[in-house]
Amino acid sequence: MGLLSDPNRRRALISLLTRLNAPICVVCYMAGVAWFMGLAFEPFTLRTYMSENAMGSTMVEERFPAGERALGTGREFSAHKKKAGGMPVDWLVKTMQSRGLEVFTQRFSRRLPFPDEDKERYMVKGTNVYGILRAPRAPRTEALVLSAPCSPGDDNNQAVGVLLGLAQYFRNQVFWAKDIIFLVNEHDLIGMQAWLEGYHHTNTTGMDWSPLQGRGGSIQAALSLELSSDVVTSLDLVLEGLNGQLPNLDLANLFYAFCQKIGVLCTTQGKLQRNDWDSVSGYSHAVQTMMLMVMKQASGRPWGDHGLFLRYHIEAATIKGINSFRQYKTDATTIGRLLEGMYRKLNNLLERLHQSYFFYLMPSLSHFVSIGYYMPAFGLLALILLLRVSFQPRLLTTYLLTDGVPGVLSVLTPLVISHLTGVALYTLPIHFQEIAVEHFPVSETEAVVLTAIAVYTAGLALPHNTHRLLTGRGTENGWKVLKLVAVLYLAVLLGCTALINFSLGFILALTLVPVAAFVTPDVPKALSAFIMVILSPACTLLFSVFLFQELQEMPVSFLDGWMLYLSVISQGILDHALYGSLVYPLVALLVYPCWLLFWNILFWK
Amino acid sequence: MAAPLTLLLLVAVTVRAALYRSSLADLISERVEVVSPLTAWKRVVEGLALLDLGVSPYSGDVFHETPLIIYLFHFLVDYAEITFMLADVITAVALYLSVKDYNKQVFRKQKYALEADRYPLDCLELIRSPKEMQYIPLKVAMFYLLNPFTILSCVAKSTCGLNNAVIALFVLSTIKGNVLLSAIFLSLATYQSIYPLTLCAAALLYLLQRQYIPVNLRRFSFWWFVAQYAFMYLGSLFVIVGLSFFLLGSWDFLPSVYGFILSVPDLTPNIGLFWYFFAEMFEHFRLFFLCVFQINVFFYTVPLSIKLKEHPVFLIFMQLAVISIFKSYPTVGDIALYMAFLPVWSHLHRFLRNIFLVSCVLLACSALFPVLWHLWIYAGSANSNFYYAITLLFNVAQILLVSDYFYAFLRREHHLSHGLYLKRKDGSEATLVLK
Repeated sequence: MGLLSDPNRRRALISLLTRLNAPICVVCYMAGVAWFMGLAFEPFTLRTYMSENAMGSTMVEERFPAGERALGTGREFSAHKKKAGGMPVDWLVKTMQSRGLEVFTQRFSRRLPFPDEDKERYMVKGTNVYGILRAPRAPRTEALVLSAPCSPGDDNNQAVGVLLGLAQYFRNQVFWAKDIIFLVNEHDLIGMQAWLEGYHHTNTTGMDWSPLQGRGGSIQAALSLELSSDVVTSLDLVLEGLNGQLPNLDLANLFYAFCQKIGVLCTTQGKLQRNDWDSVSGYSHAVQTMMLMVMKQASGRPWGDHGLFLRYHIEAATIKGINSFRQYKTDATTIGRLLEGMYRKLNNLLERLHQSYFFYLMPSLSHFVSIGYYMPAFGLLALILLLRVSFQPRLLTTYLLTDGVPGVLSVLTPLVISHLTGVALYTLPIHFQEIAVEHFPVSETEAVVLTAIAVYTAGLALPHNTHRLLTGRGTENGWKVLKLVAVLYLAVLLGCTALINFSLGFILALTLVPVAAFVTPDVPKALSAFIMVILSPACTLLFSVFLFQELQEMPVSFLDGWMLYLSVISQGILDHALYGSLVYPLVALLVYPCWLLFWNILFWK
Repeated sequence: MAAPLTLLLLVAVTVRAALYRSSLADLISERVEVVSPLTAWKRVVEGLALLDLGVSPYSGDVFHETPLIIYLFHFLVDYAEITFMLADVITAVALYLSVKDYNKQVFRKQKYALEADRYPLDCLELIRSPKEMQYIPLKVAMFYLLNPFTILSCVAKSTCGLNNAVIALFVLSTIKGNVLLSAIFLSLATYQSIYPLTLCAAALLYLLQRQYIPVNLRRFSFWWFVAQYAFMYLGSLFVIVGLSFFLLGSWDFLPSVYGFILSVPDLTPNIGLFWYFFAEMFEHFRLFFLCVFQINVFFYTVPLSIKLKEHPVFLIFMQLAVISIFKSYPTVGDIALYMAFLPVWSHLHRFLRNIFLVSCVLLACSALFPVLWHLWIYAGSANSNFYYAITLLFNVAQILLVSDYFYAFLRREHHLSHGLYLKRKDGSEATLVLK
């Protein structure tokens, strides 16, 4: 309290902060970035360990024998899929019934807001088939889910085969204390969304689906299996779900523990872990893995079919089989044994997975960084905003007293206009696609994306002109107050974003904080305008696309990258419309208007 | 001045009416920051349903409002939205009129003091001018009506709005010097939520001052007036409680309303300090800490009344703030009431030290409440500690805000009697330090 009440010390502190403001800000920025990069350095991370006692010490013996038969079933499924030209509902129902499950189907249909060119779908109609294995050992109050997608073409047939094989094997065991639901979902996430909404009696996205005829208990955990070859070299664990939500770390630990036990190569982000952390290449490998996770989390989209479970408090992950050019192969029996082991441990759960972390980053599958370690990286960046605010605390009151109503108006106008631009960016692309298709030679999807880019660019020209027309000349204090408001706004916005989705908050902070710190009307216009555009949210996305490709070791040419960028925008809009991902509205309604405020300050007259 | 006020009222009512029609209304009325178990409209509706079935509304553990409120809504349930908007309008107008009257008195007192040459010469810049005071009542009404907290509270149909209206009417009648009405409204406010009881001291001080009765424990006139006020207050409280008994035909409501407020059995998270603490506590400490927590509201009355006995209206502001921070089920509506008084003290802004920092913290906390709630309840990834941390920060910021105003007020008074530019004994410039 001495600091707050003793005027001498306060004066000393304030003078220190004003004098050294710029150097402190630069140091904070560097420290923030350095901290973040340091997170991947192995001595700074924690080893993963199993926190949940129910899954830790108990012995499980895996005995699943029927890998070959499962692959046979997979081939049969593939043949029926080809014949039916989609989901072979009748065959699946029959097969599941013959394996002793209670089988139900769910139909769903959905019209996308505009055609999805990546997956070539517009009017989606499909059927989910699921069978419930009722728990013989306990009241049926809890359930586990194993799902496999029914994908077009030849993908994921083996996954369905292994799923059916496991169903048959599980049916003969007596130790199940939870219902096990075997789900084959059509049209990947759309089917999953329909099934989950049906299961929980909610309808958040206005999709049409028939109600579920049979339900199990409340779902505790779910795994989604993707397997497209008879043998695999490694298994990849995908954790990132909708809006950057992650499952409890114990689920990853469980997967890792069984891979170690059975001797399967396991990866995360498609990257094997390496032991040479003290070498440069080992460290850069860990950085790459972590950056990939950050990029995926920041995108806010579900990266596997599991992604939508997380919204319902269900811990879920996707396990992907990868077949590359390695000598050592793993067969379907081993994958079956791995899954059997995981389900038996999950079966032992007495309460929901909650012991371990929910906020973490993984530089490798055996190491993680928890929220307490990575938040300071963001905190250092946010501190810059607070330092920039602290330079003139009396500004607001004096401004309100001296400039009065016109002064308030000249600050309020840019605020309102930039938010209206944000609303336009949010609503226009989808509403104007038909008009755009009529007048320009583009497809609907291109129309949506190009409208979005057009509105975005138009927003750059619009606000600073209109505000001058409305209120005449802005005063000297005017831009300072506007900057104060904008910096505070940005600080609160980024803080809230980083709490919900750290990666997104951090990436936005990396680009927006420098803008917020340096922009004034006095800096050279052309150069600053160029830097600001480079650091604007849209360009951040563009760079992220290239960086992501680079990290995945699939670099693209500029033209391909641009096409990818366009498709990423359309996917972002679709994710929002289909699954309720929040990234697009967040950027359009809050981040972009906030950036426009700074743009406004730059051109303040 | 009537035209701007009317315009303001129209704007406020329009905003509320628009929000009632939007889909946000349902969302807002579920927020724990806006409604408490005491004030939730959902619970009032439940109580009404029970009443219509001929069952005592207090027979379940749902309804905790007072009998008068439920009988009020028994007749007005179809006009609930209008009632709540009207309550806000009444509060705003009452605050407007009372601040107008108060400012007149402040100005008159200042004139007398100037004529009697009681202020040191260098304090002229502290003297308040009628020009700067002209818009204060309007600003007060604006701070109340357009405060997002009030709007949220009104749109959620939290009965907190009605309590605020009663308290505002109490302030108005006190400042107008009407002893009987002041006592009646104070007893109504007490009947609604117990805590306004502490405003009694401020009201007495103000009324004594107005009637030129010195606060002197040895004088008969002082005790006579206190007895009169106490009689009116207790009498009307007795009548109201008796009326409730006759309306309901049982004493059920006493444990269900006042027992509920004092013993805090409902630990639903809110923006207050109670819920987390009592959820974590061992059962056999509960009574002790209950007393400790509850005594906070009442305890500060004594020192504050002694320190501020010359300035009862500031005392009312301080008391309202203390109540809204330390009460057992606070909502943002309570905060809005004392925040409405902030423009009255706008002349203190040169002495405020942390106002910028504190308002930033309050702003950030208000944004973080829903975010952390989402993480805790919907995403399941955070837990109650996250939410409580923000609650704690929010309340610390409020306390800093109030103590900052308190300090600034005392400092201005000090300067008014000792001169603005204080010198030390050795002639150097002195600074005031609060220790």
